[in-house]
Amino acid sequence: MSEFTTDGSGLKTQDYFINMGPQHPSTHGVLRLVLELDGEIIKKVIPHIGYIHRSIEKMCEHDSYRQIVHLTDRMDYLSSHINNEGVCLLVENALGLEVSDRVKVIRTIFAELTRLASHQLWWGVMGMDMGALTSFLYAFRDREMINDIFEETCGARLTMNYSVPGGVMFDLHPNFVKDVKAFLKHFKTKLPEYDKLLSDNIIFRERTEGVGYLSKEDAINYAITGPMARASGVSNDIRKHKPYSAYDRVEFKEIVSDKGDTFARYHVRILEMWESMRIIDQLIDTIPEGEIQVKTKAVIKLPKGEYFQSVETARGELGIYCVSDGGKSPYRFKFRSPGFSNLMVLDHMSQGSKLGDLVAMMSTIDIVVPDIDR
Amino acid sequence: MDNEKLKSLIEGWEPTAEVTYEGIQHLTAVVAPEKLYALAEKLHGAKETQFDFLTCLSGVDYKEHMEVVYHLRCQENFSEMVLKAKIPSRTKPEVETVCTIWQAAEWHEREAYDLFGIVFLKHPDLRRILLDDDWVGYPLRKDYVDTVNIVSY
Repeated sequence: MSEFTTDGSGLKTQDYFINMGPQHPSTHGVLRLVLELDGEIIKKVIPHIGYIHRSIEKMCEHDSYRQIVHLTDRMDYLSSHINNEGVCLLVENALGLEVSDRVKVIRTIFAELTRLASHQLWWGVMGMDMGALTSFLYAFRDREMINDIFEETCGARLTMNYSVPGGVMFDLHPNFVKDVKAFLKHFKTKLPEYDKLLSDNIIFRERTEGVGYLSKEDAINYAITGPMARASGVSNDIRKHKPYSAYDRVEFKEIVSDKGDTFARYHVRILEMWESMRIIDQLIDTIPEGEIQVKTKAVIKLPKGEYFQSVETARGELGIYCVSDGGKSPYRFKFRSPGFSNLMVLDHMSQGSKLGDLVAMMSTIDIVVPDIDR
Repeated sequence: MDNEKLKSLIEGWEPTAEVTYEGIQHLTAVVAPEKLYALAEKLHGAKETQFDFLTCLSGVDYKEHMEVVYHLRCQENFSEMVLKAKIPSRTKPEVETVCTIWQAAEWHEREAYDLFGIVFLKHPDLRRILLDDDWVGYPLRKDYVDTVNIVSY
């Protein structure tokens, strides 16, 4: 702790440290932040992570490629389908497998529904972090419909394990198209309510606008990805720049804002929800017929070599780096999780802000702690 | 820039670099740890390359040697390459930090230190990040034995 200093008024002042977490409602999991404060002004934020580190990378070195898909659910559980898809794409590209159009379209629709569900939860929690419980209830009402759609087709609501190397595990439920359309019709009338509740709310705007500024240069330097980077003017959507699955055949806008503040990060996600719905709209009526799984060997062995696959999760870029020695398990499997890099910038971003704004800033990082700790 | 040009550019900067690109996903340049920083700085700063985005930094234990793998990207045109530091010593693996070039490396390097025991020289804050401070050993090394926490099957 630093020595007493005097600020000119003759009164002695002193920086002090407070602990936020590991159990704190707005850390969204077991995350501890040590805050160095000068009165109410933040001088430094020291995140302590790893409370729920399970060494998934070490587990991968003992598991088959099919089993690894299941582990990825447990990282960013709000983007579980997109994580699954990442591993499946890596395996398929390494083996040179071409999955059917039907699988590509199904995966894309699932990924966008996942993104919607994740953004809905984020929106609800963001409101709650700032003291508005209503938004949480609204968000869960709408998110429930997506979870029901998932449950109908694959039996799970959150950790879906729907993608498998070579395709998807089951065919779509007969009600799938009908239910997705019903959801879209419902949510298109409800998303404007989100704007009414928070986006156009004067209290919310004053707490978020001009707070937690992150410049474009810093976003690139800190390797920030996802909606957070796009709010700082960085165009880095993997779906646009390195399209996978069916993203090359749909039209959608990459939402980029150059404001870089907390409200911009908020607003980018709201607009992304519209784009996700637009993507599903384009695909839902024309799901092609075809096989839902390509035949693969019972034991998948990747050719010796190194592979890298990126996918755009709801939080940013999930990069998977795989070193294979030709065996049935990878030699090394590394996940570059979006939350890990995004959280790192918190210290830089929050310096000089008020303590109360930190919660709003953390909300727009949209952290999922298992994703950071792996 | 195509691979052929990038290869000659890298070899011009660092003649000892082993550069390959045929039959693999990304062009890969392997250098000795003491040469890494200078090459990384060039790849980041030079107008022709501008690899300003460090996508991923991973340690790999190859039993005889260790590697630090840097996945680089140019934000402007999304071209990508892989840079590797091949560290011959497993008992004292050391390489200079790149977090003065890419700030993003700071936590990734702490993770590689935590799980592989690779020491990043001149790192501003090199301590364990995921594991407890008093943890013994480096779990992602291939010869790591932990009878308590790892269930073998």
